[in-house]
Amino acid sequence: MASDPVGIAIHCAILLVLPPFFLGLIAKTKAFVAGRKGAPLLQPYFDLGKLVRKGMVYSDVASWIVRIAPVIILVAIVSAGLFLPLFGKAPIHFEGDIILFAYLLAVGRFWTLLAAWDVGSSFEGMGASREATFGALSELAFFLSLIVLVLTSHSTSLTEVFYWKLTHFGWQPVFLLLFVTLFLTLLAENSRMPVDDPTTHLELTMIHEVMILDYSGVDLGCILYGAGVKLFLFMALAVSLLWPPAAVWSGSAVALFFCKMCGMAVLIGIVESVTARVRLVKVPQLLIANFVIALFALLVAVSGRGI
Amino acid sequence: MEWLLIGALLMAFATLGSARLGSCIRAVALQGACLSLAPLCTVGALADPHRLFLATASFLIKTVAIPALLFKSLRQAKIQQAVAPTISLHLSLLGGGGLLVGAFLAAGNFSLPTDPYPPLIVPVALAIIAVGFFLLIARTKAITQVIGFLVLENGVFLFGITLLGEFPLTVELGVFLDLLVGVFVMGIMIHHINRTFDHVDTKALTALKDSE
Repeated sequence: MASDPVGIAIHCAILLVLPPFFLGLIAKTKAFVAGRKGAPLLQPYFDLGKLVRKGMVYSDVASWIVRIAPVIILVAIVSAGLFLPLFGKAPIHFEGDIILFAYLLAVGRFWTLLAAWDVGSSFEGMGASREATFGALSELAFFLSLIVLVLTSHSTSLTEVFYWKLTHFGWQPVFLLLFVTLFLTLLAENSRMPVDDPTTHLELTMIHEVMILDYSGVDLGCILYGAGVKLFLFMALAVSLLWPPAAVWSGSAVALFFCKMCGMAVLIGIVESVTARVRLVKVPQLLIANFVIALFALLVAVSGRGI
Repeated sequence: MEWLLIGALLMAFATLGSARLGSCIRAVALQGACLSLAPLCTVGALADPHRLFLATASFLIKTVAIPALLFKSLRQAKIQQAVAPTISLHLSLLGGGGLLVGAFLAAGNFSLPTDPYPPLIVPVALAIIAVGFFLLIARTKAITQVIGFLVLENGVFLFGITLLGEFPLTVELGVFLDLLVGVFVMGIMIHHINRTFDHVDTKALTALKDSE
């Protein structure tokens, strides 16, 4: 456990407060590239505030699963965030927490799927089966890239993996490859553009959005906020690869972190603006290509160490 | 230097995964560019006429001449853009991953002096050669076979440039002659198959028999 209470407080504050801002920044970037003015940067906060004030409606055929799922999803994702170091050490860290991090994200996905099947809507079942298929493929690449991190840093704790200013690194080929696969995983896991269109209005083509059709009010707020936090975690993970986090927190470290994440959000916005969504049957191919890149990174890392 | 090798290998996978002939050819051209820049990125390359010659000549041939030739035949023979794989693109990519693992495992058995190139060059060259073979097997159109042959050739080139210090002329001649001959033979073949059968599907060739 870390001993610095102020650092932990700042970590938690950033983790809880900032994520919706980056959703707004991505939307703003996309609007800018498309030549529109776009919604204000803080729009996701306004949306969340609006949803919290609203009542909830449940389907007649739905059971208790739908009622507890949003909270479980949100808690799973936020607690995963406690293991990812933003400055120095993460609030909770121990050997092997890298696996727990991945599985907490998987718990979030599992409950999203379960709740989508529970409401008895055929659209949601379809979205859930898509999410399960694509999730199986993207998790493969995600785990492989975590293995590469473990191999290169000789540690199974995320805190020590990213404590690498002391060990080595910089702009090695392995890390650029890893960044590419993590970026593609980010797009796939958070249902961003080449895999899924977050703004689509046609249920038949949705993946993530179609699974949350039945939520309303506070529940929908939980889901949207959880999705924001998940995106934030993946962005922080990917950006830490290219630019390791500061060893201790300070005003300038927080500002630097904020700038890095803004850069990442703008990058995602640009990528989403310039790519077309691939056809659903082509998505597995994209994910397999991502897996092969992760495999390549693994092999380069292993051969570099002379195993 | 390692960036170029990784770029070359990723381009090999791009040829495996792309569904259109045009992007296949572009990927091979880019791979050629990566490879031809590789000799320039070694120490003292700018003072060595052999390496300079190799880099410029291979850039001209691999990145400019051959892709232009392929695009020309694409237009003239009116070949359709789809690649017509016998093994689906998903499986091709997975198979490519398998070949990659095999290449890295096999590379441990080669104790080649790779100086001045990084040791990564051996597994990358092996993997590119394997992917080239895979393309030859898994695609039916004659023009994709040329592309597979080019990828294979690029892998052999990577092996060859490690020997440049000892046998400069042999490597240079070897690299360019068979490449050119290969492409010309293939170009003529495509033209002939196309004129005789109205398409460039090599599966039709297996039905050929001697007249009795």
